[in-house]
Amino acid sequence: MSAALAATTTAAAAPSARAGASALCIHCGGAVPASLGPGEGFCCAGCAAAHALVERLGLAAYYLRRTLDPALRPPRPDPEAAPPEVGPYVRADADGTCRLDLMVDGLQCGACVWLIERALAAEPGVVQARVNLGSRRLALAWRGGAGRGDALAATVAALGYRPVPFDPARLDDAVERANAELLRALAVAGFAAANVMLLSVAVWSGQAGTMGQATQDLLHWFSALVALPAIVYAVRPFARSAWAALAHRRTNMDVPITVGVALATAMSLYETIAGGAHVYFDSACALLFFLLVGRYLDARARGHARRAAGQLLALSARAAVVLDADGTRRSVDPAAVPAGAVVLVAAGERIPVDGTIREGASDLDLGLITGESAPVAAGPGDRVFAGTLNLGGPLRIAATAAGPGTLLAAIARWMEEAERGRGRYVALADRVARRYAPVVHLLAASTFAGWMLLGGAAWQAALMNAVAVLIITCPCALALAVPAVQVVASGRLLRAGVLLKSGTALERLARVDTVVFDKTGTLTLGRLSLASEGIDPDALRVAAGIASASRHPLARTMAHACSDAVPALGVVEIPGAGLQQGAIRLGSRAFCGVPEDGSAGPELWLARPGRAHVRFPFADAVRTDAAATAAALRGMGLAVQMLSGDRPATAQAVAKACGIAEVHAGVDPAGKLAHIARLRAAGRNVLMVGDGLNDAPALAAADVSLSPTSASEISQNAADAVFHGERLAPVALALGVARRARVLVVQNLGFALLYNALAVPLAVAGLITPLVAAAAMSSSSLVVVLNALRAGRVR
Amino acid sequence: MTGLLYLVPIALLLGLAGLAAFLWALRAGQFDDPDGAASRILHDDDENP
Repeated sequence: MSAALAATTTAAAAPSARAGASALCIHCGGAVPASLGPGEGFCCAGCAAAHALVERLGLAAYYLRRTLDPALRPPRPDPEAAPPEVGPYVRADADGTCRLDLMVDGLQCGACVWLIERALAAEPGVVQARVNLGSRRLALAWRGGAGRGDALAATVAALGYRPVPFDPARLDDAVERANAELLRALAVAGFAAANVMLLSVAVWSGQAGTMGQATQDLLHWFSALVALPAIVYAVRPFARSAWAALAHRRTNMDVPITVGVALATAMSLYETIAGGAHVYFDSACALLFFLLVGRYLDARARGHARRAAGQLLALSARAAVVLDADGTRRSVDPAAVPAGAVVLVAAGERIPVDGTIREGASDLDLGLITGESAPVAAGPGDRVFAGTLNLGGPLRIAATAAGPGTLLAAIARWMEEAERGRGRYVALADRVARRYAPVVHLLAASTFAGWMLLGGAAWQAALMNAVAVLIITCPCALALAVPAVQVVASGRLLRAGVLLKSGTALERLARVDTVVFDKTGTLTLGRLSLASEGIDPDALRVAAGIASASRHPLARTMAHACSDAVPALGVVEIPGAGLQQGAIRLGSRAFCGVPEDGSAGPELWLARPGRAHVRFPFADAVRTDAAATAAALRGMGLAVQMLSGDRPATAQAVAKACGIAEVHAGVDPAGKLAHIARLRAAGRNVLMVGDGLNDAPALAAADVSLSPTSASEISQNAADAVFHGERLAPVALALGVARRARVLVVQNLGFALLYNALAVPLAVAGLITPLVAAAAMSSSSLVVVLNALRAGRVR
Repeated sequence: MTGLLYLVPIALLLGLAGLAAFLWALRAGQFDDPDGAASRILHDDDENP
């Protein structure tokens, strides 16, 4: 990062040196294409305009202050992105102030925040512009009419960021409020635990007889004064959950916690009033504090993952452009497009609805639906499906009814059925609690009965011992055993780009013995790239020069493949065929006059007069570490399979490149679902990794599922975890971390049970004092938490 | 030992003041964007660029 910083600051601080060797764009820090010639300071017109805007606003200090992370999206304006349309998201207050919330993609550091806020504040009428760096949200408020929202969003876009409007009510859910409540309870419990413990230390040190009864009572009363309200406040999250479980005639870990805390508090109060010595306020407060720490961290880690996943989906969501009868265009939420409406789809966009092509001819990438990577030609009258990518020319599509006959609806139906089939997985902690809670309560009851009937004790003394059993067994270590490990493990995965969406995903990942991969978009990157080996570099340069005149995806891939090509002039584009510059042609086989020879796959041909035709094959590149990941998974003792909707020949080629032996090709979504169900019926624990709509039912049916963040929305919703980036290594890492986490959880549970096995006899015998209880509880919790920290040390 | 009668309440009140300050900060949104706040302080608007 420091190298990038140095490079950008040099570029900004010494504009006179532009003509020199500096080949980095002054605005975005990216490489300046050599074709633009020396002396050019910018990589594209967008960056030049952004730089001019920054200078005009007097904010050039941005270039000195920022630190660009080369791994992140550079602040380069995207000339092809449609201008943001924020109209439906603007909210007008009663006094005429308009408010808008935008998600800003491309934020890198505090300087970006400063630049955006200053640039927007310079616009007339803007009342508030506040960027939250953590959540990447921009809150805007202005006067002067709702219509200015588009212009303000365009300002952000012109600086090189991508603003996406969103509805804050849909993202700010109950989870945030529950987290805030947990944090408040944590603060109160922490305050009470620390202060009551201070008072308790004074009482313990005076137990040798140096403290008078009156002083001890006074300190006990002070403890009660602090502890009672704090306990009532901080126990609520547990009590609520315990009550909900009991109301459903179930039990969970919160039941013994609530009962233990309530009884300890009640008995301590009784002892305080009676002037006794068995006062456990400190234990009750410390117990709540430790448990709330675990619970808060757990909730925050999962909330973070869910928010990040939600943001990714919001950023990838695209509005559908509907053409009204009178010729006006408006952008509509894809889910709200009425049947029969005409939808415009530009080249390079995803088709937002199911429908029939009215006008236009194009190539479609059906990868997300069928798993096939080669484009398919489509023309008027052909049916198209939501989620497919329009590669060729612009299309007009008549949307069909969103009835049960559409492909999306069918896939959603399969998914629901599959999820019902998976059933409810019961978390390990809950399974332990189901057996543990009755045992503890039975033990306490028999202690009471034993002291009363056999020991001949008074009922107060018998009850005291029974409550001591409940306090000492109150599953502090047991309740921390699982969440502490999960927090550390999910934090480790989050740093590696894996977001766990389900609380039990780690446990289910640890049990996996079979991994099933989808092909397109999972083992491969899901986008075509030029297979340039063995191609004459001179031909490539000529072809790339011609290709840079077109926006067809294949042509653009070609242009990107050769950085030193000079854009050709006088290029004519013949839609659906190719490009022509004088006598030189670049395009389809037929356009270049090459006879069919049965070779498959997307390709471009270059025809030059008097020279041999050159073929440029395109392939969906396999992820760089796919083979290494498959090998690593096999090394962990897992069976690895591939399940693809693509043709057997293509699937076999990819499987060979990845070293996967078992391949099932040409499988449709229902077939994938059936395959997973067969594996599960054979007793396998299946991990499904997939991205396409066609994978969604299989993802939901598998024991546990992973999706790349490039996956379709429906697949990401079906998956238990999503992983980020162009590498597959996170899959192996997630399994490794999950297995390590399971080992540590079992260790922790074992330790907690061992601790109970030692402490319970003491409690039953009536030998527990408040000092022993506090020491035992704190030390067992610390041991469990320290052990959990080892979950983060997976390479 | 009579000193305890006012020393302990004073100690508790000081602790309570800290707790109240934390709860206020939480409510006022001081913890909403720790990363942003940390870098915001570096970008003084009065500074001449």
